Amino acid sequence: MAKFSEQQMKEFQRLVNRYPEGKQKSALLPVLHLAQESFGGWLSTETMDYVADLLQLEPIEVYEVATFYSMFNTQPVGKYMFEVCQTGPCMLNGSDEIISYIKEKLGIKAGETTPDGMFTLKTVECLGACGYAPMMQLGNNYREHLTKEKVDAIIEECRNNAARNN
Amino acid sequence: MAEETLFKVTIDNITVEVPAGTTILQAARKIGGEVTPPAMCYYSKLQGSGGKCRTCLVEVSKGSEKDPRPMPKLVASCRTTVMDGMEVKNVTSPRVQEARAGVVEFLLINHPLDCPICDQAGECHLQDLSYEHGKEGSRYEFQKRTFKKVDLGEYIQLHMTRCILCYRCVFAADQISPKREHGVLDRGDHAQIATFIQKNLHNEFIGNVIDVCPVGALTDKTFRFKNRVWFTKPVNAHRHCDKCCGEVQLWLRGDEVFRVTARKDEWGEVKEASNGKTGWICNDCRFEKKNLADWVIEGPTNVNRHSVIAQNKYVGLVKPTETFPAIMKGRNPKLLMDIHSVSEVNKPNIHLSQLERPAHSTDFNQ
Amino acid sequence: MGVKLLLAKAHIEGIRSYDVYRREGGYQAVEKALKTMSPDAVVEEVKKSGLRGRGGAGFPTGMKWSFIAKPEGVPRHLVCNADESEPGTFKDRYLMEHIPHLLIEGLIVSSFALGSNNTYIYIRGEYAWIVDILEKAIEEAKQNGWLGNNILGTGFDCNIYVQRGAGAYICGEETALLESLEGKRGNPRIKPPFPAIKGVWDRPTVVNNVETLAAVVPIINLGGEEYAKIGVGRSTGTKLISACGNINKPGVYEIDMTISVEEFIYSEEYCGGIKNGKRLKACIPGGSSVPILPANLLLKTAKGETRYMNYESLSDGGFATGSMMGSGGFIVFDEDQCVVRHTYTLARFYRHESCGQCSPCREGTGWMEKILLRLENGHGKMSDIDLLWDIQSKIEGNTICPLGDAAAWPVAAAIRHFRDEFEWHVLHPNEAQVRNFGLAHYADPLQVPAGA
Ligand SMILES: Cc1cc2nc3c(=O)[nH]c(=O)nc-3n(C[C@H](O)[C@H](O)[C@H](O)COP(=O)(O)O)c2cc1C
Ligand code: SF4
Ligand code: SF4
Ligand code: FES
Ligand code: FES
Repeated sequence: MAKFSEQQMKEFQRLVNRYPEGKQKSALLPVLHLAQESFGGWLSTETMDYVADLLQLEPIEVYEVATFYSMFNTQPVGKYMFEVCQTGPCMLNGSDEIISYIKEKLGIKAGETTPDGMFTLKTVECLGACGYAPMMQLGNNYREHLTKEKVDAIIEECRNNAARNN
Repeated sequence: MAEETLFKVTIDNITVEVPAGTTILQAARKIGGEVTPPAMCYYSKLQGSGGKCRTCLVEVSKGSEKDPRPMPKLVASCRTTVMDGMEVKNVTSPRVQEARAGVVEFLLINHPLDCPICDQAGECHLQDLSYEHGKEGSRYEFQKRTFKKVDLGEYIQLHMTRCILCYRCVFAADQISPKREHGVLDRGDHAQIATFIQKNLHNEFIGNVIDVCPVGALTDKTFRFKNRVWFTKPVNAHRHCDKCCGEVQLWLRGDEVFRVTARKDEWGEVKEASNGKTGWICNDCRFEKKNLADWVIEGPTNVNRHSVIAQNKYVGLVKPTETFPAIMKGRNPKLLMDIHSVSEVNKPNIHLSQLERPAHSTDFNQ
Repeated sequence: MGVKLLLAKAHIEGIRSYDVYRREGGYQAVEKALKTMSPDAVVEEVKKSGLRGRGGAGFPTGMKWSFIAKPEGVPRHLVCNADESEPGTFKDRYLMEHIPHLLIEGLIVSSFALGSNNTYIYIRGEYAWIVDILEKAIEEAKQNGWLGNNILGTGFDCNIYVQRGAGAYICGEETALLESLEGKRGNPRIKPPFPAIKGVWDRPTVVNNVETLAAVVPIINLGGEEYAKIGVGRSTGTKLISACGNINKPGVYEIDMTISVEEFIYSEEYCGGIKNGKRLKACIPGGSSVPILPANLLLKTAKGETRYMNYESLSDGGFATGSMMGSGGFIVFDEDQCVVRHTYTLARFYRHESCGQCSPCREGTGWMEKILLRLENGHGKMSDIDLLWDIQSKIEGNTICPLGDAAAWPVAAAIRHFRDEFEWHVLHPNEAQVRNFGLAHYADPLQVPAGA
């Protein structure tokens, strides 16, 4: 089973140390972020049990939290996740068309992953970029003022990155 | 300890005195009867429970003697403490009745309407609630949310479709069982009670989640021949048990023990044991003792009027036909009053029913 | 140009870094407060300033601070609400991205005032890169002696930590935020007890919005009374507005609350008018939860007076004919937009974001979404409109936290002002699939009752 590396363990300690004695549960969200980033972009049951063990929690406490927050994936996802905002302000600026275009381009529906495991499309609710709509979240960053051309370029960029990292 | 401060609170025009810190709901329970708001999620023996279902909403028409301003919103009576001189309206508030009917409708839109085949039928608080406070028919025209039934080990079955997310079973597992292995997963209208990975719940006191569940979401798998409960006869019984109080209710048919539960009080909550300790029972008593010989029978249980099971005539009790539901298309009256005590006109010595003809105003001038 | 207090220096090259920020006069408020004022004097100054919470509710900040319990031996905490998830709102992000030290400075002064030695910034999880910006700013401040132990030799200790959320609008509600900070599901708490008495880890806690805490810096620098002179009435100081929708210049603007709504939308300094030369149909002036107004009621109140960009004027007329300042998320609709569709996306948003604890919100939000989708898709019935109205009225006021109200209000306001458009969807189901209702009469001048 995967465990945190020494480096990651240091980060784990840093996170836990922010809270008062005995309140280590407070570190749960940041630690789950760390675990998700460290172990393939999603939280498997083993990962969550491991986190529970590290923070001395019952596993169910971790499952309850992981399933509450929309950023935690309890199922595997593609290498690149396009999280496209579909809420009102983005809709006023054409997010519906962008979503349709990505669906067509990748040949998947919202919530699905391409067969090669490269892309996941997820429709999400307002990400706080309404003035720069339409937009999506990709990894730890936002891509804003989306157009069809920009979407093409982003897909291209992801493919290139993946090829380079292999 | 210092002398307890007592607060006066008036609920639907009835005044009681209760210690400071008492909730409106507990004060209303002290009065009893119709003025007591229904409570689907609050459970006095579970810390932190309440506030969620919103069936117990009441109107506070006067905040307190000191600050008589009414509260602008309806409040959850189970989580609002009384103030001295507070005035509360429950059945006397049309706003409350309206809001409560709304809450009942919300609770029912995703609840299956298959009470006749539900294991909980006859002792379901939601059934009682919709009977007493709901409106006829549903305006919900979409597909209901459904879940598959799951077995949580050999003792407990979870039928999430029926769950109203009262969180009682979560508090119960936290507070009275050694370990909590189930909880609320996901959020919003997807939220569900689950274990996440298939888990068997069988720690020593976990069976109590069945007793706290107000609906048929958590049921006893060892309940043999899950008949309608009204075919069985509840009796109080006890045995010597080193894990729990051993005081239970047996659900019998003839000499067969169909089911074992904790004893409940008039509010449907597990009662304190006779020694003043908690009345929660252990899994052994609940699931493993199904021979009459395991138990010392004390006598028939008094079932409270609240539940639909009370409508049936077991325990040798013959109930008269209920006239009110009959004339009110099956619904019970919200408030029952002796007209003589509230009317200036209808004096008790005038027997209108004995007149041969319609009453005239002159009949009252005797 | 109006007065700028928060963003005046946001465009200076390199202002994100400590050196530039300090050179531009940064951290003077910390010096002034810690060296020359008592914590109570800082609270007093904030009271005098008339500052109202910028997170949405507009509660007077000084008053909120004075409520914090001070039991002997129990630590107190200040928590900065950077969850910013209300659709249409992206002002806190702008401030944190461009001038992070302003927030850190405000946090140090406010922590001093409240006696918080460990202060937390709870930021929405998606703003991942801003976490790095803030942590860098905190590190720089520490290196330069503004954070840590015995700050400026005054004996005051303060640390600031950034806690990342993980995708849940409800965690912007202050008690849900505290639950989340404790590592739990973001279920709002049942109040009382209020956070000022029992907040995070059962300790007295104050939760304030990013912009509120940043505004403490100019308040200390100028003095509360001077700050209160800016703006109008009880709308003192400046307010950040995030403008979006169909306008030429979407973005974040600092206003001094004396300008009219019309000026804000049409002047070059702000939104620069409606995109593509179109006409204004409607606007949600304070974030998705506040009532939508048709153009005619937006620019003028029901009494025919000019509407201004401040707390009082935006809410003039109550919910019948007014709206709210809310979080300052200003969403503009041009004549081609469909109010039914927009309302549907908001209903979907609130359904998605409901924590699911209480029945009216958990069940009611989903029900409203389904009916709105049906109406939008041309399968609705006339009675659906009344049903929607009834559902929203049964959610409003009957839930644990204000998310229930926030879900109910947009639906109520859309029906209140745009009923014709809803009815048109029912009466012309096919046409409604290929075109929008358009501007209709929503910008027509209103009849002002005589003598009003
Ligand atoms: C559903 C909901 C979401 C909220 N989201 C935010 C938010 O993202 N940011 C914020 O500052 N306040 C938000 N609030 C308001 C907070 O509960 C709280 O009032 C605010 O943080 C207080 O800070 P202030 O007095 O400085 O405005 C939200 C409230 C509710 C009910
Ligand atoms: S399973 Fe029963 S006790 Fe548990 S939350 Fe659902 S209704 Fe309540
Ligand atoms: S109103 Fe909605 S979000 Fe707020 S506590 Fe209730 S269910 Fe949760
Ligand atoms: S609506 Fe899409 S980012 Fe706000
Ligand atoms: S019993 Fe009070 S809210 Fe459920």
